[in-house]
Amino acid sequence: MSAPTANTAAPARPPSELGNGAKRARSGPPGEPRKVAYLFILPAFAVYAAFALYPLGKAVYLSFFEWDGLTLGTWAGLSNYTDVLSNERLRGAFLHSLVLIGFYAVIPLVVGLILAAILHRARVWGLGFFRSVVFLPQVVPMVVIAVAWRQLYAPDGSLNSALSGIGLDSLTRGWLGDYDWALPAVGFIGTWFEIGLVTVLMMAGMSRIPTQQYEAARLDGAGPVREFFAVTLPAVRGQISVALTLTVIASLKTFDLIYMTTKGGPGYQTTVPSYEVYRQAFEQGKVGLASAIGVLLTIVIFAISFVITRVGDRDTETS
Amino acid sequence: MTSRSPRSRSAALGRNRASRITGFAAAAIAAALVLAACAPGSGGSNDTSSTNNAGAGTTAPGATGADGSGAAGSAAGGSGAAGSGAAGSGAAGSGAAGGAAAPDPSTFGDVTLTVWDQEVRGGQDQQIKKLNEEFQAKYPNIKIKRVSRSFDDLTKTLRLALTGNEAPDVVQANNTRSQMGEFVKAKQIINLDSYAKTYGWDQRYPQSVRNASSYSADGKTFGSGSLYGLPQVGELIGVYYNTDKLAALGIQPPKTWAEFDAALAAAKAKGEQPLVLGNLDKWPAIHVFGVVQGRYTQAEQIRQLGFGQPGTDWNAEGNVKAAQQLKDWVDKGYLSKDVNAQGYDPAWQGFSKGTGVFLIAGSWLQSDLSKAMKDKVKFMLPPPSEADGGKVVTTGATGLPFAITSKAKNPDAAAAYINFLTNENAMKVLAETGNLPIVDTAKQKAPDALGTDVFTAFDTVSTDDGLVPYLDWATPTMSDTLGAALQDLLAGRTSPEDTMKTLQQDYSDFTSGQ
Repeated sequence: MSAPTANTAAPARPPSELGNGAKRARSGPPGEPRKVAYLFILPAFAVYAAFALYPLGKAVYLSFFEWDGLTLGTWAGLSNYTDVLSNERLRGAFLHSLVLIGFYAVIPLVVGLILAAILHRARVWGLGFFRSVVFLPQVVPMVVIAVAWRQLYAPDGSLNSALSGIGLDSLTRGWLGDYDWALPAVGFIGTWFEIGLVTVLMMAGMSRIPTQQYEAARLDGAGPVREFFAVTLPAVRGQISVALTLTVIASLKTFDLIYMTTKGGPGYQTTVPSYEVYRQAFEQGKVGLASAIGVLLTIVIFAISFVITRVGDRDTETS
Repeated sequence: MTSRSPRSRSAALGRNRASRITGFAAAAIAAALVLAACAPGSGGSNDTSSTNNAGAGTTAPGATGADGSGAAGSAAGGSGAAGSGAAGSGAAGSGAAGGAAAPDPSTFGDVTLTVWDQEVRGGQDQQIKKLNEEFQAKYPNIKIKRVSRSFDDLTKTLRLALTGNEAPDVVQANNTRSQMGEFVKAKQIINLDSYAKTYGWDQRYPQSVRNASSYSADGKTFGSGSLYGLPQVGELIGVYYNTDKLAALGIQPPKTWAEFDAALAAAKAKGEQPLVLGNLDKWPAIHVFGVVQGRYTQAEQIRQLGFGQPGTDWNAEGNVKAAQQLKDWVDKGYLSKDVNAQGYDPAWQGFSKGTGVFLIAGSWLQSDLSKAMKDKVKFMLPPPSEADGGKVVTTGATGLPFAITSKAKNPDAAAAYINFLTNENAMKVLAETGNLPIVDTAKQKAPDALGTDVFTAFDTVSTDDGLVPYLDWATPTMSDTLGAALQDLLAGRTSPEDTMKTLQQDYSDFTSGQ
């Protein structure tokens, strides 16, 4: 708006000022940000650099040292990284976090999509209430969630009483102490936690779908299932990629849940990279090794989120 | 010592666990309302790595080394001088009891001591507050600036604090290699030997107690060498039993291990849970194993294992027998089959509500159990060792010792403060506030009947030299190795022999590298 006004007002202004404006306008193609724009992002970038980039660089630097956090560190080259890869237990930690992706990201996505589709179609009375209830786990701190679930999973806890109450005594077990069931049990807490987030995200996406598309689909004779796959699913691809990115990162960085429920046990069945970072750095004073695990974890998270956003973006472009 | 960390947390969480599902609902709703502001609760996990990075970032490896060694060098010189001066004055008053020759802190001029402690819970907080007040009233020239942190916080922040420029003067440092050992190695806390002579600490504190805060000058040997810290309180593992249940079973408190076996069998036969243990947290079984190990292995050998000193072997017959006994207890149903799934707190809380006959656990449960069970509970030492000539051998240790940092501006004043925290008057204050004083224990009046049991037991076993260190002190990785190995053993996934081989591997990897 201001540009045309300036132009019409131009004749009334002294020529020098006009010349100035013309020069400035010529300094780059129209619509391209001028160099001064970098100045505007500088404050945000400075904060970001100080609190994210610098520590990240430092962690990478430290990962090449053998350092106890106190005395003089010694250069270790890549040995911290080979240690992570050759140590069966640390490899196991990464494997466990991959299993957790299934529980944190895949299952919540499937369940969340279905739930959202139902809530979207049904237009139930009190929808706001249901949405809040589904979202509630996200608001509760993970530590509280972990303590609560520890009680549910206890040998004499609610889950086992419920199972024996309906005659399934054979299924009762000490969930968190069971070598085969501990990891799925911990993972299920993540599922419960993430479903709300995914559902709310999906509902937001679905509410933006024009109703004409559904009408058209119905006129063509599509049932609810066909409608879901033909109209709803393609329309929420963007939300799916956001939900996946968030939940996958949450699963890979899980720490509090493990720390509060199993401490990586029984044996080493539920240990995860973030927990190992804590253990190595704070309990065993191997800051270099801990940094190496942290760096590897960052790379894994970056790679996975990169793939997800790439796939998500391409899909939205083609559709 | 990891064993302490869960404990302090357990007390906080324990109360929350009282109600089951209602508690859950209430917690969820309360949290939703109160803590809505910090919505991404899981954000904490991310912070761990970033704290680590940021923390590490403040001091690069090279910088720390240069810094630390310089400061340590000068401080060592300073304390050396102070030490010899103190020793000189000690010699001047030769023959007098240690305390008499000690320097008078009121002559030190105006001093501010910054003290980092973790005495945050009930009685702990009371005693340190009271002693600080008394100290400052007695020596108005010395001002105490107290910084109290929870055990977990202290563990995480102490490393950084000691390398910083604003380092505290007096700190409570965990005895373990990963804390005190590292600080000794980095020359960040000072040798207290000369003060021990000046103040007579070497006479007040038994050798076994001093050993638990002693290191060689390079920090490599734990359990001998010079004194680096002085604790206020003691703790030990013993056997709590439910007096009603023993009476109903018609048995006396067992005096020998054979009687203990018989008592467990009798309890099982009557359908009672003979032994209570919740091992979800990984570390509780270490305490039970330590007690059983005392049955079959000599104290001296357990000490070598616990302090991670070379020269002994986890594969020794006594250790394997102890592991076998633990496995038998599970196989015979003396321990619940869900032992690895049960949390530590729910387990002892269950015991306090009448589940189970015996509970092998630490003295720190005394006040809670006493409140819940009144006179229905008693505490006894484990039966005398079968391998060590009838001496009672049990795991026990000291509270976190107080140490003087190498950056302390006035180490003499710091030593005077530590002396004040651990003198006869302090022991009385400790007992009055419900703590277990580490020396003169039997002379003090315990808060209740169960407390008297614990005080007597501790006095007996510490003067009898039967205290052995926590087994997870041995190596930096042992707490984890041992915790996981015992979970495997209790779950029947590994044999006693293989369990001991795993432990031997950890121990020999460490001791051979020394």
